[in-house]
Amino acid sequence: MENFEPVVVAFACHYCAYTAADMAGTKRLSYPPNVKIIRVPCTGKVDMLHIMKAFEKGADGVCVAACLDGDCHFRTGNVRAASHVDAVRKLLDEIGVGGERLEMVALSAGMGERFAQIATEITEKIRKLGPSPVRKVSVAAGAA
Amino acid sequence: MITAERKPLSELVECVRPYGRILLLGCNECVTVCAAGGRKEVGLLASSLKMAFSKDGKNLDIKEITLERQCDPEYVEELAPHMGEAEAVLSMACGCGVQEVARRFMDKPVFPAVNTKFMGASERQGIWSERCAGCGDCVLGITGGICPIARCSKQLMNGPCGGSSGGKCEVDAEMDCAWQLIWDRLKALGLEKRYEENMPAKDWRPGRGAGPRKIIREDLAR
Repeated sequence: MENFEPVVVAFACHYCAYTAADMAGTKRLSYPPNVKIIRVPCTGKVDMLHIMKAFEKGADGVCVAACLDGDCHFRTGNVRAASHVDAVRKLLDEIGVGGERLEMVALSAGMGERFAQIATEITEKIRKLGPSPVRKVSVAAGAA
Repeated sequence: MITAERKPLSELVECVRPYGRILLLGCNECVTVCAAGGRKEVGLLASSLKMAFSKDGKNLDIKEITLERQCDPEYVEELAPHMGEAEAVLSMACGCGVQEVARRFMDKPVFPAVNTKFMGASERQGIWSERCAGCGDCVLGITGGICPIARCSKQLMNGPCGGSSGGKCEVDAEMDCAWQLIWDRLKALGLEKRYEENMPAKDWRPGRGAGPRKIIREDLAR
């Protein structure tokens, strides 16, 4: 467990969080490489199944990074994403993976520092929670 | 539509625990519309079950198939080529679909993945409510288009009862009193007089009063 490096998948909205991550890079801010970013056109496009598949394939944590309240480029995509995240959290609790492994955060395109901070906090939180209970099997199956 | 809700995952896990390869079925009709057992819900349940077993080190092989309609033998027949490799079937269709699959494939254990609830309508996205009880003798024409059988908690034919208060039902303060709705609608139609006419006791035989029902359209059945 000492060598455990969590895998965190971040679904980042093109109009805010992804740009914030880009800005973090431009500003030469460091954040843990554990966070694997998937750019999405809007977090409202992140299907519940996308999140589930991330866990199924071995992610220890997932983060959905959306625009600030009222700032969605498509008006209510971030609101819809919040409902999806709530539903998947309940499902993860039901499965026994733990809903706390799924986070939703909101930030604007200019928040490079905030993105780096969130990436660090989530990585540390997942590190404390330990490997996902499904990770061992899925990683072994993937290697086979 | 027929509405349904997924059973608790723990119950489904126990159903499929003895098996290694299962066929997980969805239906493209009612359960898709009420977001209980369509293609998407099949995907979510498959993923959930795989993870639930992965935790215990077991690899569950799930094949996902969503039929156009699971209550028609023509569509259920499409499952024949896939049935050989399946040890058990888990169906997200309503009770009708589950039974049709069980009838066609006698040697396969078939489990329901949803609890079938009622015939209802969408109030808005994500909210469905009961509208029809299938009583077999529709009275909507004289009750202003609001069903006292399905929507009155006491199934009163001459309501409301004394539990109607402020347009709500005594059973649940959030529930509309069906007879208030009927009165409001009759008034809007200018048919208040109809309310004065007592309805006779309902004949329940066209409902479930005479056992399971069957419709035979001879021109179609030949």
